[in-house]
Amino acid sequence: MVESNQHDIVIIGGGGAGLRAAIAAAEMDPRLDIAIVSKVYPMRSHTVSAEGGAAAVIKENDSVEDHITDTVSGSDWLADQDAVEAFVREAPHEMVQLEHWGCPWSRQPDGRIAVRPFGGMTIERTWFAADKTGFHMLHTLFQTSLKYPTIKRYDEWFATKLLVENGRCQGLTAIEMRTGHVHLIAARAVILSTGGAGRVFPFTTNGAIKTGDGMAMAYRAGVPLKDMEFVQYHPTGLPGSGILITEGARGEGGILVNKDGYRYLQDYGLGPPDPWPRLRAMEMGPRDKVSQAFVKEVQKGRTIKGPYGDVVHLDIRHLGEKKINTHLPFLRELARRYAGIDPVHEPVPVRPVVHYMMGGVHTDLHGATPLPGLYAAGEVACVSINGANRLGSNSLPELLVFGARAGKGAAAFALAHSKVDRAGLAAQGRDEQERIATDFIRKEGGAERIATVRAEMTQTIEAGAGIYRDEASLRETCDRLARLRERFSHIHLDDRSLSFNTELTSALELDFMLDVAEAIAHSALARTESRGSHQRTDHPTRDDERFLRHTMAYRTGGAPRIDYLDVVITRWPPAARVYGR
Amino acid sequence: MSPYYRPMARTWWLSTRAYSLFMLRDLTCVFIAAYLVFFLLMLRNVAVGREAYEAYLRFLATPGMIAFHVLALAAALFHTITWFNFTPMVMGLRFGEKRVPPRIIVGVTYAAWIAASIAMTVIVLRWWR
Amino acid sequence: MPAPTMTLEIFRYRGDQDPAPSFQTYDVPYRTDWVVLDAINYIKDQIDGTLSYRWSCRMGVCGSCGMMINGIPKLSCATFLRDYYPAPVRVEPLAHFPVERDLVIVLDDFMEKLTSINPWIVREEERPLSEGEYRQSPADLDRYKQFSMCINCMLCYAACPVYGMDNRFLGPAVTALAQRYNLDSRDQGREQRQEVLAGHEGIWECTLVGECTTVCPTHVDPAGAIQQAKVSSALDWFKSVLVPWGKR
Repeated sequence: MVESNQHDIVIIGGGGAGLRAAIAAAEMDPRLDIAIVSKVYPMRSHTVSAEGGAAAVIKENDSVEDHITDTVSGSDWLADQDAVEAFVREAPHEMVQLEHWGCPWSRQPDGRIAVRPFGGMTIERTWFAADKTGFHMLHTLFQTSLKYPTIKRYDEWFATKLLVENGRCQGLTAIEMRTGHVHLIAARAVILSTGGAGRVFPFTTNGAIKTGDGMAMAYRAGVPLKDMEFVQYHPTGLPGSGILITEGARGEGGILVNKDGYRYLQDYGLGPPDPWPRLRAMEMGPRDKVSQAFVKEVQKGRTIKGPYGDVVHLDIRHLGEKKINTHLPFLRELARRYAGIDPVHEPVPVRPVVHYMMGGVHTDLHGATPLPGLYAAGEVACVSINGANRLGSNSLPELLVFGARAGKGAAAFALAHSKVDRAGLAAQGRDEQERIATDFIRKEGGAERIATVRAEMTQTIEAGAGIYRDEASLRETCDRLARLRERFSHIHLDDRSLSFNTELTSALELDFMLDVAEAIAHSALARTESRGSHQRTDHPTRDDERFLRHTMAYRTGGAPRIDYLDVVITRWPPAARVYGR
Repeated sequence: MSPYYRPMARTWWLSTRAYSLFMLRDLTCVFIAAYLVFFLLMLRNVAVGREAYEAYLRFLATPGMIAFHVLALAAALFHTITWFNFTPMVMGLRFGEKRVPPRIIVGVTYAAWIAASIAMTVIVLRWWR
Repeated sequence: MPAPTMTLEIFRYRGDQDPAPSFQTYDVPYRTDWVVLDAINYIKDQIDGTLSYRWSCRMGVCGSCGMMINGIPKLSCATFLRDYYPAPVRVEPLAHFPVERDLVIVLDDFMEKLTSINPWIVREEERPLSEGEYRQSPADLDRYKQFSMCINCMLCYAACPVYGMDNRFLGPAVTALAQRYNLDSRDQGREQRQEVLAGHEGIWECTLVGECTTVCPTHVDPAGAIQQAKVSSALDWFKSVLVPWGKR
C-alpha cells in the first residue's frame, strides 16, 4: 500500500525556478492547489550559491536588441532566437517584480538599481546584490512564496520517478526522507525545476545536490535531453574544491595572468589588452573562450603549478580594499577561508571548473516538454536561450522568466485537465516501491561502494568530455560509462534503514547521474564540429550546414538514439563570433 | 521513527567561558539589589535619628560589610563595562548616511559616565561643606 | 612514514535500532586543507555509509551543514581539521533541536517560526511594475542589509540558552529576519509583525547572552537585531501612552 496525495500542480525542485513557478501559478488562479516537492529545504537549493548577478535591460544606454545580440552570439548561434527575444523582453519585468518582492539589489547613489559589466555583454546590464545575488534572489523568492496559502511544501522528499499514464505525465513517486516511505503524488501537471548536473564531473562549483535528478527522470519518461554535450566551465573556480569565484571580479576590472604575469587572453582573439576594463574583451570575454584559453596555456607550459595542478592567477589587487569590500566581500571571504589568500594583497589561484549545463530537458518557449502535462524550467531545462555557451548573469533571470512561464503553462494545463488516473498511478506507485526495496534496501550480494563507481564516472567524463574532446576519448568514455552502468547494479549499501537514509539517496542520485553522463558523452560524440563550449580537436571548426541544430538524445535500452532539431533563426543570421575589438 | 530529545544540562552555564561570564553578569544584580537594601536601611536610620545613623555607619565599617561593598563595586563595574560594550549593538546609530562606528559610541558612553561622576562628586563635596 | 590520521567521535542515533544514542569513533586521513565536512564525507564514502548528515554547497552559503564541533555550533564546511589536529574532534548534531537521525536535526520549529513573522514585503498599495523599481538609496539598503544575510543555518539557536530552555522563544535568526523587513524602506508591515515579535515568546525573552552573534557565520548580528527591536518596541509603547490619539 503506497500512501498517496494529489495536487493540481506539483513542482519538483524548490530553487529559483520552482519557487517562481509556484508563485506564478498561485497568482494566476487562487483555486489551484500547488505543491513543491524538494529533496532539500528550499533555502539550500543551489540557486543560493550564484554570486555575480542577473542581467536585464533597464538603463537608458541599453537596448533589448543589444541584449539579444549578445546572447545569440554568445551562444554561438545555437540559441533559439524566438526564445531569446521573449526572454530578453520579459527579463526586466521579472527583475522589477523581484525587486518589489524585496530583493536587496545594490543601488546607485540616486536609489536606482545599479548594474555592472559582465562577460560577453556589450553594455553593462547585470543587476547585482553585492556578490551574493543568487542567495538574495532565492531567499526573496522563498520568503515571498510563504505568502500564498495555496502553496504546500514537501520538504526533504526525494523524487524518484515521473509517472506517465495514457501518454500524460500525471505525477511522481517520492521518498519521504524522514520515514523512508515511498509516496505517490498525483498531479494534473508537473513542473521539473531540479537544476543541473555538475556533480557528474570531478571539479565543479556545484553543490552535492546537483545530480541531474530531473533530467534523468524526464529522460526515463521518454522526453529527449537536448544539447547535453554543452557543458560550461566557469573560468575561475578555486583549485581542488571547485568553489566559485565570481565573474563579477572580472566585471569590476580583475585580470587573469599566467606564470609570467602576462594577460594571456590577448593571444586568443580576445585582445588587445587595453583600454581596460572594456566590455566583451579580454577577461570580459565569453566563458567558453576564457576557459579554453586556460587549456592552451597549460599545453604551452605557461600556467602556475599548484598543489592541485595547474592554475592561473586572478588579480584584483588594483581594485583596492574599499571596492573589494563593497562589491566583492564574499569573494574576499571565500579566498581567505578556502585558499588562504587575501585578494586585497595577493592574486587568487583559479582554474576552469564545471559550472552549468546549457543542455537539459527539451522544452518550448512556454516551458512545455513534448510529454503532455510535464513542464520544465531553469537549469534542468533547455529552451534553448543559452545554446552552445551561456553568458554569465543570464541564468538567474532565466529562472524567473521561464519559471513564471512554466508555472502559468502548467496552471492552464491543470485547469483544462481535471482527470487523473488514480488506479493506474497506484499500480505504478506500488511497482516503484517494490523496485526501491528490491534493488536497494533489501539487495544482497553487492560488492562495489557507491563512491568508487561515482569517482570513476567523474574521472571518465572529465577525460573524454572535458573542455577539449576527440572521437577516441569520447568513445572510450561511452564504453566506460556503459561498464559503470553495469557495475552500478552491483553496488552495496551499508545502510538498510528507512529513516533519513542518505546512502540510499546517494545511490539513486548516482543512478540518475549515469544516465545524464551517458547523454552528455553520446551527444558529444555525435556532434562532429566545434561550437561554443563543445570543442572537438578532430573537428575544430563550426559547421552551420550540418550542425545549426540541437542534439536530441532519447533513452533506449543501450546507447541513446541521437536526433536533431533545427535552431530557430529569426533576425540574427549566423555570423562569426568576434570579441576583443 | 521518533526523534531524540537532548535535555539541556543544569550546568549548561559552565560549559563555555562565554556562558559563565554571562551568568556572572546576570548575578551582579544580586549584589546591586543587596547594596540597595543596605542603602535603604541607611536612609531609614537617618530618619530615625543621629544615634541610629552613627550606629549604622559603624556597622558599615565592619570588615564584612567593607568586603561586601568591595564586591558590590566590582560587580557594578563589571556590569557597567559589559553593558557599555553592548551599547553600539543595542543602538544602531546613524549620522546622516553613515553608521556611527562602535568605538565612538562606547567612547561617548564612558566619557559621559566619567563626566557625570565628576559632576556628582563636585556637587556632593561642595554641598557637604 | 605512514600518512597522518585524525580521530573523529561522531554522535550516532538510529531510533529504529536503538532508542539510545551513542558515539562512534572513526580515523580519517588528515589533510591540512580539509574541513570537518571533508572528513565526514570520507567516512560515509569509504568507511561507514550509514552515517547521515546534511550538506550541499560546501562554501558556507546554503546553511545545511551546521553541527556541534567540540561543543560549539559551527558550519562543518567552514571548520578546518588543522585547527584541532592532532586532538580528536567531537561532532554532534546542533544543540537544542530534536535529533532525527545521527547528525540530522528536526527543524520544523524553526520553519514554523520563520513563517510566523510574515517574512515578505507588506504594502498597503503595490507599486505598479511599469513604474519601475522602488528608489532605495545605499544608506536605506545599509539599514537592513546586515540582517538580510542570514543563511538559516540555525547555529544561533544552538548557541542560545534561552531557546535551549524554552523552545517557544522566537529566537535570534527569525527576529533578525523580522527586523530585515521592518527596516526595509519598501516595507509597511511592521505592525503586523509586532504581535509575534513583542509577544509572550518574542524579543523580551532574550536576556542578551550574545552568543548568537558570536557564532553567526555571516555576521548578521541577531543579538543586535533583538535589542534594537526592544528599543523600537519600547519607544512604540511610550508613544502610544504619551500620544494616545496618534496614528496607531
